[in-house]
Amino acid sequence: MVEAAGTAPAPAQGRQAGIIRGLLQATEVDVRLIGMLVALAVIWIGFHIASNGLFLSPRNLWNLSVQTATIAVLANGMVLIIVSRNIDLSVGSLLGFIGMVVAVVQAEFLPWLVGGHVPLVWLIAIVVGLVAGAVIGALQGVIVAFFQVPSFIVTLGGLLIWRGATFIMTTGRTVAPLDETYQWFGGGHTGTIGATASWVVGVIVCIGVVASIIMGRRQRRRFNFPLRPIWAEVFLSVVGCIAVIGAVAVINAYPMPPLLARRYAQAHHIPWPQGGLFISFGISVPVLIALATALAMTFIAKRTRFGRYVFAIGGNPEAAILAGIKTRRVIMQTFIVMGILCGVAAVIATARLNAATVGLGTNYELYTIAAAVIGGTSFSGGIGTISGAMLGALLMQSLQSGMELMGIDTPLQNVIIGIVLVVAVGIDTAYRRRTA
Amino acid sequence: MAEDRIPLVDMRDISVAFGGIHAVEHAYIDLYAGEVVGLVGGNGAGKSTLMKVLSGAQRRDSGEIYIDGKVATINNPRDAKIYGIETIYQTLALADNIDAASNLFLGRELTTKVGTLDDIAMEAATRKVMGRLNPHFVRFKNPVITLSGGQRQSVAIARAIHFNARILIMDEPTAALGPAESEQVRNLVKQLKKEGIGIFLISHEIHDVFDLADRITVMKTARMVGTVNKNDVDTDKVLGMIIGGSIPPGVAITHAYSEARV
Repeated sequence: MVEAAGTAPAPAQGRQAGIIRGLLQATEVDVRLIGMLVALAVIWIGFHIASNGLFLSPRNLWNLSVQTATIAVLANGMVLIIVSRNIDLSVGSLLGFIGMVVAVVQAEFLPWLVGGHVPLVWLIAIVVGLVAGAVIGALQGVIVAFFQVPSFIVTLGGLLIWRGATFIMTTGRTVAPLDETYQWFGGGHTGTIGATASWVVGVIVCIGVVASIIMGRRQRRRFNFPLRPIWAEVFLSVVGCIAVIGAVAVINAYPMPPLLARRYAQAHHIPWPQGGLFISFGISVPVLIALATALAMTFIAKRTRFGRYVFAIGGNPEAAILAGIKTRRVIMQTFIVMGILCGVAAVIATARLNAATVGLGTNYELYTIAAAVIGGTSFSGGIGTISGAMLGALLMQSLQSGMELMGIDTPLQNVIIGIVLVVAVGIDTAYRRRTA
Repeated sequence: MAEDRIPLVDMRDISVAFGGIHAVEHAYIDLYAGEVVGLVGGNGAGKSTLMKVLSGAQRRDSGEIYIDGKVATINNPRDAKIYGIETIYQTLALADNIDAASNLFLGRELTTKVGTLDDIAMEAATRKVMGRLNPHFVRFKNPVITLSGGQRQSVAIARAIHFNARILIMDEPTAALGPAESEQVRNLVKQLKKEGIGIFLISHEIHDVFDLADRITVMKTARMVGTVNKNDVDTDKVLGMIIGGSIPPGVAITHAYSEARV
């Protein structure tokens, strides 16, 4: 994953490698992040060629973004858990359990309680889901942090318990359909924000990128710290904005199929011309949720005491205690955060399916952990980034969806993903050992 | 030290046991402002454990700690820091994966008005204190695992002195350092002493202890041998105390609270 920039250059390539190294140094970009982007590019281009140009189509990339959202949300929380030297094997079952709770609340319990349609039932259901996630996370966290039962065991128990409880709740029945407004969160055909709003989101993100670079520079100048060269700042701003605008352009290039577009036009009183209309779906709601979650979690990890303590505990638990950190409380809180994110992911997954099934989220704990470690989170603790985990989730999903596109069977898919996981982490470990 | 002054630290009858093993048994030690007390003894004598009791890192089974003559409640590292007790541990106790500023302020982060971490202000303060301690230090953005032994040591020292410590515990501060860096630490100890800070110095390096300490406390197999004025003894006598476990004839015990006086 890191061969692009990490290896010593051969003499003939020396000059070029020098430029790359200078660029990396000046922009202070994480080499491993670049490595992941390169790996992702290789996978995408590889599948694009192998699938005769299907993979890099707006339609496929749009689908890929929606499919990635659930695991991406979970991986955000898993980073903090693994960084603090713990593990959570229960996230898949917890997602299934909360999904079932949320579905039962909106489709059966509340309507039965009031004997008809409940206003804002979608909101109530979501709040119930998030609270359930927080409570269950707190419960598991307390057992891990205060009763000192290894998190592997506690959450292995959770994996069995919450899956079993999901079945018991409805004796295995699938609960459907769900509230219409609620489905918006699943990113189905109604769960998108359209082309214009997507552009607005893109522009806002661009402004945010540039503003944070300018503000960071101003702060550093105020304290007379060494500054990045101005060209590096400009380079970062331009690359960031091009990436964002490019992503929005690709997403907006995926139009609604004629039937849906016609219905949409009718609903919005747009005249239907002879050749049809190009109406974009725009960014889907789950993708927005995943991005917002990543932003929030990055903020928590980098800008709050809690985040700093999670990393300090992962780096040296003893030192964290001696520094006066209430390490047990911090560990418990990481599990609460993970539980809430399970709630978020459960809402996305059930809304997307328009149902809650007993098997929902099965094996998700494995995909989530894989996404986090492919994204550079280290099992020895103290190392990991939210952005890395997001890329890890995207990489995993790209592999899966690419292989599906090529008609590769699920068993072989699993074999390949398993190999990629081990190889990726192997390369990463070797790289880290060399640079440490 | 004058008997009528109130000691900065006075630890009395401290006992710590791990299972059935006594790590520290009825130990007592005191320290005055602007004084360096060297704490010496063989491996397993209980020096580090006794100091960990003072820094809140080790629960005691019995005994009392007086700070400025008043009973102090020290049950965890946070409590100790409130009393101005800072510790430089032998292991340095740094989180290797985060940078110097994050380590320096760990547990005491500076925050902005809205409660977020103020990394810039912390880096500025770190640059200031490191400029005084180790002017060659430039790697403010790197995790401390990438630093040399001496640089890591200076981060640990910076953390202890930045917060206006009144009582400083240094556990083998020169063990991992080269000659030049050790000299730097010795100069620092002298400077801090001048500023009126009381320092407990644990060291295997008997010459360091003689160079820096005003008084020397000797422990052997979890018990106090005694505390003597440096000027009353020489290295041979102190080594005799460490090995033999008794005060040499004709040397006065200087501790205010001791079994000899009870």
